[in-house]
Amino acid sequence: MFFRGTATAAGSMVLVIIAAIAVFLVVKAIPAINKDTVNFFTYKEWFTDGDEPKFGIAATVFGTILTAALALLLSVPVALGIALCLSHYAHRRVATTLGFIIDLLAAVPSVVFGLWGRDYFYEPITDLSKWLHDVFGWLPIFGSDGPYGKSVLLGSVVLAIMILPIVTSLSREVFLQTPPENQEAALALGSTKWEMIRTSVLPYGRAGIIASVMLGLGRALGETIALALTLGSVFAINWDFLGPGGITIASNIANRFGEANDVGRGALIASGLVLFVITLIVNMGARAIVYRRREFVGGAA
Amino acid sequence: MAVETPVRLGVTDARQLRAKSLPTWAPWAAVVAAVAVSSVLIKLTGAGGWVLTGVVAAILFVAFMGIAASVVEGTRSARNRMASVLIYGAFILALLPLLSVVWTLLSKGSKRLDVNFFQTSMNNIGAFDEKGGAYHAIIGTLEQAGIATLITVPLGVLGAIYIVEYGRGFLANAIRFFVDVMTGIPSIVAGLFVLSFWVFTVTPLWNNGKAAYSGFAAALSLSVLMLPTVVRSTEEMLRLVPGALREGSYALGVPKWKTITRIVLPTALPGIVTGVMLAVARAAGETAPVLLVAGGLSSINFNVFSGNQSSLSLFIFEQAGVASEFAPGRAWTAALTLVVLVLVLTVAAKLLARRNKLAR
Repeated sequence: MFFRGTATAAGSMVLVIIAAIAVFLVVKAIPAINKDTVNFFTYKEWFTDGDEPKFGIAATVFGTILTAALALLLSVPVALGIALCLSHYAHRRVATTLGFIIDLLAAVPSVVFGLWGRDYFYEPITDLSKWLHDVFGWLPIFGSDGPYGKSVLLGSVVLAIMILPIVTSLSREVFLQTPPENQEAALALGSTKWEMIRTSVLPYGRAGIIASVMLGLGRALGETIALALTLGSVFAINWDFLGPGGITIASNIANRFGEANDVGRGALIASGLVLFVITLIVNMGARAIVYRRREFVGGAA
Repeated sequence: MAVETPVRLGVTDARQLRAKSLPTWAPWAAVVAAVAVSSVLIKLTGAGGWVLTGVVAAILFVAFMGIAASVVEGTRSARNRMASVLIYGAFILALLPLLSVVWTLLSKGSKRLDVNFFQTSMNNIGAFDEKGGAYHAIIGTLEQAGIATLITVPLGVLGAIYIVEYGRGFLANAIRFFVDVMTGIPSIVAGLFVLSFWVFTVTPLWNNGKAAYSGFAAALSLSVLMLPTVVRSTEEMLRLVPGALREGSYALGVPKWKTITRIVLPTALPGIVTGVMLAVARAAGETAPVLLVAGGLSSINFNVFSGNQSSLSLFIFEQAGVASEFAPGRAWTAALTLVVLVLVLTVAAKLLARRNKLAR
C-alpha cells in the first residue's frame, strides 16, 4: 500500500505542477498588471521603468504568431517530404541512418541555432532579402529598404529549421503505420507510387499530420533563445518581413529580464502567462486529436 | 483443308508489350540541360550569383523531367516522377543547414579550443582580454543537469509505474493526458514558474526576505522540463514488459510492489536509461530557464545552493551579446563543447536503445 501511495503521489505531481505553474504565474503577474497604466492586451510598447509603467502584449503576441506561422509555412512541406522520403522512398537501411541524422538535428540546443543564425546564416539571408526587395519589392511584405539582417525572415527561417525534425519524426511514425493492405491494394489497381501515397498513405495519416504540425507549432510559439538572437526586437505590428523587426513573447522575456526592475519582472511574468495559455491550448488541441485517433487505430500515434 | 496460320499481331519483341518509359540516362540529361540553361540565363544576363543559378537549375530540372516524362510516359507518370524528385529534394534541402551548422561549429569553434579555455573562468576578463574560458559554465551545466536528473528520475519512474501498474479510471487518464501536454510547455515558462515559485516565494523565507538566484533553482526548472519526457519513455518501456513475467511472479506469491521493483523494473531498465539520457541531453542544452533563475556568474561557484551560477548555454548567450572581438571565439568554442556533450549523450542513448531486447 505504501508503494502504491508513493507511486500515485508521484503521478499526481504532474497535475500539481501544471496547476502550480498557472497559480504562481497569476499570483506574480497580477500586481504588475494592476500597476499598468494602459490596457495590457492592446498596448504595443514596453516601458516598465518609472512611476507610470506602460506595457502591453499586442506587438509581442502578434510577432509570436507571425514568426511561428511563417516557420510552419516554410517547414511543414519540407518536413512532410522528408518523412515520406524516410518512410516510403529511401532504402530501409539508408532511411534508418538518415532518420538518425534528423534526430541529431533535434538534439542541437537552440542557443547554437541562434548563434549560427546570427553569426553565419545572417549573410545569405541578407543577400536573399536584397534580391527579394529588388524583384518583389512591390509587395508590402518585401517593401523594406533595409538595413537587412536581423528580421522576421531570418528568425522564421531559423525557427523553421528547428521545428523540422519534430514534425518529421512524428509524421514519419504515422506514415509507417499505414496498413500494407491499403498500399498494396492501391498498387494492385495500377496506381503509380505517388498516387498510392496520395490515396492511401496521406488520408490515413491526416490526423497524425495535423497533430505533428500542431506540436511543431507549440514548439515554435515557445522558442526563446534562437529568436532572441535573430529577431530585431522592435515593438511594432506590421507585415514587414525584411527590415529590422520582429519580436516574440519569449524573446522579449529573454532580452529584457536582465535589466528589469520589480514591475518589469512582474510584467514579463504576465506576458509569460499569456504564452503559457496559448501553448496550453495548442498542445491540448494536438493531444486531443491524437487521442481520438488512437481509439480506433490502437497504435502509438 | 489447309491449316490457317494465326494472325500475327505485330509483336516481335517482349518490350513492345510494356508502356514506353524514359531511358535511365534521362535524369542525368535533364540535370545537364537544367544547369546549362540556368547558367546561360542567369550568369550571362547577370541577374544573380551562383546561388540563384543553382535554385533556377533545380526548378528547371523538375520542369524538364516533368515535360520529358509527360511526352514519353504520360501525365500520371510525369506527376509520379515530379513527386519523387521533390521528395528527395526536400531531404537534400534539410541536410544543407545541418551541414552548415556542423561546418560553422567546427571551423569557428576550433579557434579557442585550447587548454586555457577549459581551465579558466571569465573572472577578471575584460572586454578586450583575449583569454578567458568556460570552466565555471561547464561546472554549472554538469551540476544543474545532474541534480535535475536526481530529482526527475525517481519522480518520473514512480509516476510511470502508477500509470502502467496501478492507474485506472479518470485520474490515470488525466495524468497521461497532462504528461503529454506538459511536454509542450515552453522552457521559458518553466523558468518563469520556478522564478515566481522558488526564487521569489520560497527562498526569501530563509534569505532575510531577499530573492536568491541559484544553480539549484535552475536544476528545478530543468526537472520541470525533463519530467514529462522521463514519464513518457518509462511508461512506454513498462508497457513492453511481457505480462507473463508479472503473472509468473504473482503465481509464486510475490506481492505486487516486489514484483514491480524486482521483475518489471530490471527488465525495462535499459529502455528507461535511454529515455533518461535523451531527457538529460535536451535539458543540458536549455538556456532560457538558467538565464531566468540562476542569474549567471563569471567566476567559479561549486555551490548550487547559494550564489549565482552559470551554464554552458547561458555562457554562449552571454558571450554572443558581448561587443568584443574575442567574444565570438569563446561563444563558438562553448557551443562546440555543448554540442559534443549533448550529442555524446544522444548517440550513447540511441546505441543503448538498439541493444535493448524489449524494443520493437
